[in-house]
Amino acid sequence: MSQPETMTIDTLARLILQRDRAALARALNLLDDRRAAARARAKELLELLQLAPNRVSGHLVGITGPPGVGKSTLSAALIQVWRRRNQHVGVLAVDPSSPVSGGALLGDRLRLQAAGDDDGVFIRSLSSRGHYGGLSAEVWPMAVLMHSAFDIVLIETVGVGQREIDISRLCDTTCFVAQPGSGDSIQSLKAGILEVPHILVVNKSDMGDIAVRAQSELESALVGDQSNARWAVPVLTTSATLGEGISDLADSIEKHHFFLSKEQLLAARRRECQAYWIVCRLREEFGEQGIERLGGHAKLTSELRSSQSSLFEQHDALRQRVM
Amino acid sequence: MEEKKTHRDRPWLMRTYSGHSSARASNELYRTNLGRGQTGLSVAFDLPTQTGYDSDHPLARGEVGKVGVPIDHIGDMEALFHQIPLEQMNTSMTINATAPWLLALYIAVAEQQGVDPKSLQGTTQNDVLKEYLSRGTYIFPPGPSVRLTTDLITYTVQHIPKWNPTNICSYHLQEAGATPTQELAYALSSASAILDAVRASGQIPADRFQDVVGRISFFVNAGIRFVEETCKMRAFCALWDELTRSRYGVQDSKKRRFRYGVQVNSLGLTESQPENNVQRIVLEMLAVTLSKNARARAIQLPAWNEALGLPRPWDQQWALRMQQVLALETDLLEYGDLLDGSPVIQTKVDELVAGARKEIAEIEVRGGMVACIESGYVKRELVQSHTRRLRAIETGELSIVGVNCFRESAQSPLTAGDESGILTVDATVEQSQVSALLAFRAERSQQRVDNALIALRGAAESGLNIMPPSIDCARAGVTTGEWSDQLRQVFGEYRAPTGVDISKAAAPEASEIASLRARVQRTGEELGRPLRLLIGKPGLDGHSNGAEQIAVKGRDAGFEIVYEGIRLTPAQIARAAQEEGAHLIGLSILSGSHLELVEAIHHELDRIGAADVPLVIGGIIPQADAEKLKSKGLKAVFTPKDVDMNVIMDQMVTIIREANGLQPAA
Repeated sequence: MSQPETMTIDTLARLILQRDRAALARALNLLDDRRAAARARAKELLELLQLAPNRVSGHLVGITGPPGVGKSTLSAALIQVWRRRNQHVGVLAVDPSSPVSGGALLGDRLRLQAAGDDDGVFIRSLSSRGHYGGLSAEVWPMAVLMHSAFDIVLIETVGVGQREIDISRLCDTTCFVAQPGSGDSIQSLKAGILEVPHILVVNKSDMGDIAVRAQSELESALVGDQSNARWAVPVLTTSATLGEGISDLADSIEKHHFFLSKEQLLAARRRECQAYWIVCRLREEFGEQGIERLGGHAKLTSELRSSQSSLFEQHDALRQRVM
Repeated sequence: MEEKKTHRDRPWLMRTYSGHSSARASNELYRTNLGRGQTGLSVAFDLPTQTGYDSDHPLARGEVGKVGVPIDHIGDMEALFHQIPLEQMNTSMTINATAPWLLALYIAVAEQQGVDPKSLQGTTQNDVLKEYLSRGTYIFPPGPSVRLTTDLITYTVQHIPKWNPTNICSYHLQEAGATPTQELAYALSSASAILDAVRASGQIPADRFQDVVGRISFFVNAGIRFVEETCKMRAFCALWDELTRSRYGVQDSKKRRFRYGVQVNSLGLTESQPENNVQRIVLEMLAVTLSKNARARAIQLPAWNEALGLPRPWDQQWALRMQQVLALETDLLEYGDLLDGSPVIQTKVDELVAGARKEIAEIEVRGGMVACIESGYVKRELVQSHTRRLRAIETGELSIVGVNCFRESAQSPLTAGDESGILTVDATVEQSQVSALLAFRAERSQQRVDNALIALRGAAESGLNIMPPSIDCARAGVTTGEWSDQLRQVFGEYRAPTGVDISKAAAPEASEIASLRARVQRTGEELGRPLRLLIGKPGLDGHSNGAEQIAVKGRDAGFEIVYEGIRLTPAQIARAAQEEGAHLIGLSILSGSHLELVEAIHHELDRIGAADVPLVIGGIIPQADAEKLKSKGLKAVFTPKDVDMNVIMDQMVTIIREANGLQPAA
């Protein structure tokens, strides 16, 4: 990890495709590394992985919701269902960081509840590092990397109101977990602040009546919003602590994946995510002016959507153009 | 000279918290202590016994016989009380998650000695709620834990009337950082949570409920601010009287009395100039003896060298002698309450009572003590208070002699010599305990064991009182691990909130933090990404204060901290370090099992190809062991002597720089 990299990128890529844990850890460190030499290696690595012929056609799943709603316990329970279905799971868990020190407290209980000593699960925590939307810039490249090794990549993030948008732009399937008894999420859904996720989950169904009420409120909030969509957003109830409703949730997630594949939306969706990420980074670095210089948001996005190049290659090419 | 003999009050019960290595060795120690005038026993169990594992379980490795005596089965319990007549003994057992089991073994041994269990006297700590907040020897989720606690209480009230079934502990809350107000509020809220559960269980007829209330006792801490601590004890008495009357309608004033035992503060004992701990301990003892109306029923004192390692019999004898001098030589016990009518004392008591009432109401609003433990509220409050205390020591606002002032010292003759002033547990203890366990298992009737376990499981599932089938298990030769495993299968296991997610600015900071933060950030930039520190608590030791405070400080210094709580295996720690890309692993171990655990973690890191991640350790590590660990590649050893966490953090940055080929001093 700490020594100068001696392994060739080819070897690293090959090991990642074999789900070698040490190689995965090394590659995630590399994607996190902001130094120029590391960035060049990372670019090469992602190119190899994104263009690899035998890559797993995995599934990127996002789970978000307000703090205290039980996302970690729910994620842990989901991971166990997936493991029983013999799927390998990579997890990116995003926690907020301190605006003062930049420091963060990561991890907590997810790994122990979910994985134990299971080699089929790999969990990496990330701090939001002050980024808008609560997701750090590293999330997407890391998801792309993990996607080369795991059947399912789960991105867990704290989301409140506006901040839930980001994650939904970077996943195939977004699950929003709502807290029974708090009207906040329902209000923002109604007001159109919250982009409609693909699956709505009311966790803590063991709370009884208020959970049922939350479910029906969410269902009614969705009416009218789904008129022209081919995917009907399900509203599920779960109890992560009692392990209830978890298989149904896993089924719904799988159903959505199936829907995307059947409608041939999956590849386009991934390019959409990549385009979104690149535009965000460019805006961060060069502001609106930079985007304008590249022909404006609409033109840039459509250009990115149709391109087949790898992530950092696209990004770097556009940076060159602005500069 | 007057002839008339002065009246003296009867002294409190004098105990020494002890037990180590094996049942046989501990039995010898107990008999010696009783011979020296100790009037009760206080049994310390080792961590596997406290957390429900047999001595041959992988998690027990390195922990057997370390912080107490290992009790695997009735044979060990018999050996522990060999030639100690139980009907004359008053035995306190520091046992919580497995309390019903250890009491069951005690009852079964009494039967073997021909003693009627009705006559037994003593205490089971049996307060799991505080284990979620401090100390960490819980097993099951809070709901089932409260149920087990309740079962033990209702059983003893009906069958062992002189037993104290639970000792609600504010002791460990103070160790975890609680202020006197928090100690009052959390202990009393825990007591009402338990009493409410007993009442709701329907096992006790309404007219006998006040007997239950009368059996509830407390285990309290006394810190160095002994005037305030005295007032705290008086506040406890007042609040308990009020609570038992208003909430539970107890008419008999005797049953409303606040009965408590004490272990004085260990948190404030220092590793530097450890001889000063003697005067600290004596002053703290005053806090719980001065006022007759709020005097402790039983006292155990720590040994002067607790922060160095395990105390020897001589160290414990010294602690006992302190009690004897106060009780027998001084005139304290010849007077009535010394503080009654003092306006200064009364003002302070009133202030504490008011503060506690406010916090009790806050807990009530948040759904009661159990809900506040599950949500992490209480734990966060404690971490916050402890952070505040440590910052006050760092800034010098709080003086600790020999630590942040008057540090110059002559060489102490007490810590010189071959054993460096502490007890070392013989490394072969674990091996012989395990072979004895294997032999015991081979000899018992498996059929009988299986039947007893089926009955135990049935009671756990159906809600029948857990004590009768547990006593049957004890008689049948069931082991501690087997008893616990049955209940684990029914109730599940639990991980408590770590509480480290407190918000920033809990306390004013020393000025050093700014330069530290800059160095953390700069080093992160040089290495390409923010510095990551994995804090691991391996083994069964649940004393997590140190780990929590390092987590909070690290976050505030700009580290990305990965901390996943207590009781991790070496494999889990190594795996997390790799997955998370940690730049450094910081371990925290206080149980004395550091040599075994560090070796196991080195081995795991090596096995998964992460041997290049540097490792440091903090805890109660004797000097000789520290040298041994360093020679095996450990980069640094921090002990209670290292009080300035900014310095610790700074050293960690240096180690990271070194490990990554950067100029270390920069």
